[in-house]
Amino acid sequence: MYDFLLGHYSYWLTIILLCIGLYGIIFKKNLVKKTIGLTILQASVVLYWVSLGSKWGATVPVLDPAYPASDVANYLNPLPHTLMLTAIVVGVATLGVAFALLIATYNRYKTLDEDEILEQIQ
Amino acid sequence: MRTQFESPIVLLGSRLLSPYIMLFGIYVIFHGHYSPGGGFQGGALLASSVILIRLSGGRIVSRLQVREFFTTPLAAIGVIVYFGTGIVSILFGSYFLDYEALPFPGGLDPAALRYYGILVIEIGIGIAVMAILVMIYDHMARGEDYV
Amino acid sequence: MIETHLPALIALNFLAFAVIIPLFGIWKSELCQPLATLGAGISAGMSLYGFLYYLNDVPLRYFFGAWQPPVGIEFVYDGLSAFIILVINAIAFFVLIHSKPIAVREFPNKLMAYYSVTMLLMLGFNGMVLTGDLFNLFVFLEIASLSTYALIAIGEKAAPFSAFRYLIIGTTGGTLYLLGVGFLYTITGTLNIIDMTAMMPEFAGNSSVITAVILMVVGIGVKCAMFPMHGWLPDSYTFAASSSSALIAPIGTKVAVYVLIRVMLYLFGIELLDLVIPISYVVGLLAAIGILYGSIMAIAQDEMKRMLAYSSISQIGYIIMGISLANPYGFIGALLHILNHAVMKACLFMVSANLRMKEGHSDISKFDHTYRKKYPWTMLSFSVAAISMVGLPPLAGFFSKWYLALGTIEANNWLFLSVILISSLLNAVYFFRILEKVYMKNPDADEQVPDEGLVSDEVKPSMLYPMSIFAAGLFLIGIFNVAIVAVIMNMFPAGL
Repeated sequence: MYDFLLGHYSYWLTIILLCIGLYGIIFKKNLVKKTIGLTILQASVVLYWVSLGSKWGATVPVLDPAYPASDVANYLNPLPHTLMLTAIVVGVATLGVAFALLIATYNRYKTLDEDEILEQIQ
Repeated sequence: MRTQFESPIVLLGSRLLSPYIMLFGIYVIFHGHYSPGGGFQGGALLASSVILIRLSGGRIVSRLQVREFFTTPLAAIGVIVYFGTGIVSILFGSYFLDYEALPFPGGLDPAALRYYGILVIEIGIGIAVMAILVMIYDHMARGEDYV
Repeated sequence: MIETHLPALIALNFLAFAVIIPLFGIWKSELCQPLATLGAGISAGMSLYGFLYYLNDVPLRYFFGAWQPPVGIEFVYDGLSAFIILVINAIAFFVLIHSKPIAVREFPNKLMAYYSVTMLLMLGFNGMVLTGDLFNLFVFLEIASLSTYALIAIGEKAAPFSAFRYLIIGTTGGTLYLLGVGFLYTITGTLNIIDMTAMMPEFAGNSSVITAVILMVVGIGVKCAMFPMHGWLPDSYTFAASSSSALIAPIGTKVAVYVLIRVMLYLFGIELLDLVIPISYVVGLLAAIGILYGSIMAIAQDEMKRMLAYSSISQIGYIIMGISLANPYGFIGALLHILNHAVMKACLFMVSANLRMKEGHSDISKFDHTYRKKYPWTMLSFSVAAISMVGLPPLAGFFSKWYLALGTIEANNWLFLSVILISSLLNAVYFFRILEKVYMKNPDADEQVPDEGLVSDEVKPSMLYPMSIFAAGLFLIGIFNVAIVAVIMNMFPAGL
């Protein structure tokens, strides 16, 4: 049991981050705080993927004659990292669009509180 | 950008820094395919050098460096460089973005062809990223025209 | 040459036009709309060519950068993706022809941005349909979603706020999908769909795979407005500009449904899906609730675009229900309904756009019998699409519902059958009340507007013809449904 808890520590951290992100998205009324929750949610998934590629005692995936490539245990798995580079770029683009929409919303309603905006729309 | 005041120290400092940042950005773009760096990072550095002048000098001074008008076509040209490379490899009988089919002169071996093909792509990405980041800054400085 | 490169060219054509439009748009903003229409037209033409020539052929696989899968990224052009690509590109082509006067009127100084983003949207959708790689699918999903947020934000006063809410929900969905793909990658070590399908039977019943299925279905369910995840849809479609909603409503949710088909029926297969928990039944049940919920909410709406949005939720429910039945009739019904609903919804949103263009509103409570004289063709198209929506023969909507009903009977699922029948009645309630207002005089009205002297005041031909073509298309699809079904029969996933 103790091994199970300790051995999966990166997953536990991912789960905690995921829950914090979802909490921010669902319960926070301020739209900027919602966006922050969204970013935390994305970060948790990115960290999960990055943790997939890591190995104990392995080195960075650049070919080194001292470590033969025939033994995969010598090198980290670079694929999740490169994929997450793309996912981070996607996340940044989403963040940019979100803030642009927030600026437009603020110009129209002069507030960023969800309840007040919904009241004004009604 | 609504109210401006002149500060010679800030402007002079930015003018001193800007070319070096730009040079470093170009260095990062050109070394991106075999060392850390690349089009995104280099483009962001180029954009930061342009935006530095915009922040410190205001609209009139920055117009001397990169005009607001030029950012949109520049971004499109960056993407076209990327896209055109892919189309050229299609025209020379291979798949999209297959650098080995690119018609570089000199009879290079496939590894070298890939080396130069990625360089072309990185230059295209660098131009596009720079232009788009500057464009975002210009739009935010101008504000929204909703009434 | 074009044969080998067809899958890539269809999608990349949109990327080319997305950058050509700003280049020309700076010079002359009137060029944006013709260029966008040209781009969609070229892609639609290529899709038609590909559809006709590779109908029963082996799937066409395109390897980007000549890297062989599973290392490289590939595009797969098989029967199903050819069908969906043809539907979405053809609809985009007609909607873009239709969009010019609305765009000039509703957002005159944003033409270049609008049409450039439209092309990016279509790039995202085409990529989602064609790609054979799960992570690549996520990237295209996000491209399409980001473009959708931008298109929705161009609109009425509340549009940016509703786009923001969609962004929050949609990005959460996309992130959950990514997490699901991560689980699958941990288990199989590959991201290529064909490669992963071959490995799947080894991992039957594995708890990671089950979790991945649930996460992916929830993530895609957000995008296709499956019942509990539909909250973003009504506001977005209502407040967006008329041309945006006419483009997004028929295409956006359909592509997400296509991804759902790919994941549920092709990647996992129905046996593996239902091995531990009956996921397909749960999905079908949610779809059934969505059908009833959408129909009932649509009756309560007074704004036509909002009513159509709720109707979309209900119609998406039909398609998802067809998938969840997982028998040949259900599959035929689902795919036929993707085509029918895309055409019907495009037609109906164009009608609402035409009314907004001429009357300045699309409020159903203000409709009266003068519309019949003022807009004869618009109202005729509306009637055809509405009757098809309700599902009367020989219009297209009847046949997809017929196959869905056959599917429920074959699955001995009487609950779903009764949902389909009840929902048809509810559809009739909310569409026929508009027809009643338009085609019959209101005897309780205080002052009678005279019929005489009203002349036809129709919109421009560029707006009228695409709408009429769709209305006529509903007849054609209905009459030639046997041919379409014969095509769909070739696309069955393995084990169905």
